[in-house]
Amino acid sequence: MTRGGRRRGHAAAFGFLAFILFLHGLAYVFLSRSTGLTGSGDARELVVIAGMLALAFSAMLSQAMESVTRAFYARGDLELILTSPTTTARLFAVRICAISATILSMSLLFAAPFINMQAWLGGARWLCAYAVVVALSMLAVAVAILIVGALFAAIGARRTRSISQIVAAVIGAAFAIGLQFAAIVSFGTMAVPRFAVLERLAPGGDSLILWPARAVFGEPAALAFFIGLGVVALAAVIGVFAPRFGRLALAAGGVSHGATKKSRKETRFRGASPAQALRRKEWSLLVRDPWLMSQTLMQLLYLLPAAFLLWRSFFSEGGVATFLSPILIMAAGQLGGGLAWLAVSGEDAPELIATAPVPGNNVLRAKTEAVLVGVAIVFAPLVLMLAAVAPFAALVSLVGLTVAAGSATAIQYWFRAQAKRSHFRRRQTSSRVATFAEALSSNGWAGAGALAVTGTWLAVVPGVMVVAMLAGVWWISPARCSAPN
Amino acid sequence: MNDKSSPLALRIRGLAKSFERPAVDGLDLCVPAGEFYSLLGPNGAGKTTTMRMVAGLLAPDRGSISIFGVDALADPIGAKRIMAWVSDEPMLYDQLTPTEYLDFVAGLWGVEAKLAEARARELLSWLGLAPHADERCAQFSKGMRQKLALAGALVHEPRLIILDEPFTGLDAGSSRVVKDVLRERVRAGCSVIMTTHILEVAERMADRIGVMSKGRLIADGRLDELRVRAGSGDASLEDTFLALVAQDRVAA
Repeated sequence: MTRGGRRRGHAAAFGFLAFILFLHGLAYVFLSRSTGLTGSGDARELVVIAGMLALAFSAMLSQAMESVTRAFYARGDLELILTSPTTTARLFAVRICAISATILSMSLLFAAPFINMQAWLGGARWLCAYAVVVALSMLAVAVAILIVGALFAAIGARRTRSISQIVAAVIGAAFAIGLQFAAIVSFGTMAVPRFAVLERLAPGGDSLILWPARAVFGEPAALAFFIGLGVVALAAVIGVFAPRFGRLALAAGGVSHGATKKSRKETRFRGASPAQALRRKEWSLLVRDPWLMSQTLMQLLYLLPAAFLLWRSFFSEGGVATFLSPILIMAAGQLGGGLAWLAVSGEDAPELIATAPVPGNNVLRAKTEAVLVGVAIVFAPLVLMLAAVAPFAALVSLVGLTVAAGSATAIQYWFRAQAKRSHFRRRQTSSRVATFAEALSSNGWAGAGALAVTGTWLAVVPGVMVVAMLAGVWWISPARCSAPN
Repeated sequence: MNDKSSPLALRIRGLAKSFERPAVDGLDLCVPAGEFYSLLGPNGAGKTTTMRMVAGLLAPDRGSISIFGVDALADPIGAKRIMAWVSDEPMLYDQLTPTEYLDFVAGLWGVEAKLAEARARELLSWLGLAPHADERCAQFSKGMRQKLALAGALVHEPRLIILDEPFTGLDAGSSRVVKDVLRERVRAGCSVIMTTHILEVAERMADRIGVMSKGRLIADGRLDELRVRAGSGDASLEDTFLALVAQDRVAA
């Protein structure tokens, strides 16, 4: 390894270590202040643990469904595998195990700090939670394969890709969103500790639903049952599905991304300026690709509780409307970032655009307009409803979501890297800096919005911080570095 | 300075571009208007880099490019207005139909809708794509995609068409259609510059042929002129080309 390579390796290791320490600190604060787990094993503790496990399982299952779907549809080494002299059943058994290992490692990355801190606070018996996480990840992969296999059988290879990813996102968000809905219905607001809702809805202490929680406490029967369940479920699924995996993957391979459709009527030329042509093209491509549309709008899933709360407050009195501004701003930033990636980086004919007699700035302006109009279409109804309840909050939201979407678009422009639109889901791995900057920008503007709604000038502080962060990000961006002097 | 009455479709002077090593090294090249010019060369000779600089997809390190008298570096928009670029890998939008794609391209080049529609219908019919005019491109074959990309290049009636390996991966039928369309455009007064590895195509279609090696133009002229230069008698273009490249290697 070269000296530069070693230095980068050390920096990466140091960064990872710092991240792990940060997570441990976060876990310590959360566990010591919020949950108050003592290890007594009473009904309340069981409910809290079960709630945490359900949250973790929904995330694992969602991630596993993503991975399994990707394994079916990714071409990669499929042809090599299917033409190799080894039995496909064995190869796909290994692949399923690899998916399981990936899910487990990702889960442990986030669960380990909580388990370690709880063991430090409450004793070594909490380390049994590691075994439960392993069992949960195996169970999640088994259930994911069952669901994706069932989708293949029920709706065919063509639709499974989109539907499976939608189901995965819904599962991932369902538990958290469900808690929010329950909180809204029960308490009239989302700003309530979720475990309070759980305690209210929880079954009795001897319920089977609480067995995973008992396993975390180290109860031998529950622990053995749960680990056994995970191993048996994964083994059974491997036994049944590994031999079929190749056939399903081939069926998936026969499906092209984007269906062939013939217009019912002959298309007429509409004529347009270059900017109009660009905007129209962006909207047509987005609307016509249900997979991309679902991926983009999936980011708005977490808006549902906010919309529900808004709908309730629309017909009742109360100041909860002001609570929604930051949520709207954050979601607009996320949606703007996704749409901007599609418009700026996900350009399938970059050379056509580059050789057209249209100045680059005009192209960028037209694409930005297309993105902002897309954001406006989604958020205008919510802002209008908010305006009826709380006009000032609506004004703040309008300004905030415009700025958040604009910032996300700018970041995508600075870090643009040509890619196929179908690689939308990989956009977050193409530039970590852009991904973090986009998240920080959305959250920062949301914070500024939250303060502005209350009428305090302190809103300027997060606003200035975001602007400074954006300036820093621009400074290190490829767009500035490659710009002519 | 622009000189739009120039009889030269393309004039390149001292063009250079380096990546890790020189890809184009002080290239001088002139292509008269109304000519079908084919640029040949071994892999890595700098053909595609040259054409990408002409099309405005790459910035040269130095040198000048003039298209029908329009300085392509000083006035890129003016140059792009009269030029079209077709790459070896047609770039289309899977979710648009050919009609919509051509409408989009016409919009980018500011062609009036009625005129663009008439041209588009004619081109689609010519290229055998009329039955698919309202189908989305997602499942089009390579040949159909290449033909549609060509239609996109022609819908705004450019004076200069630059094609980079346009016949790669095309079947015989599609190749014939593309060749016929290009010949017709040259007859209509358009200039065509094409890079290709398929020497038979260059031999049959080109008025003049340029041979590049190591970023420079080592030979330029009609086929009979190249044969004389290579001392290859009545040999095919393939033999002539190989002789010219071998001479250049020996000279280097």
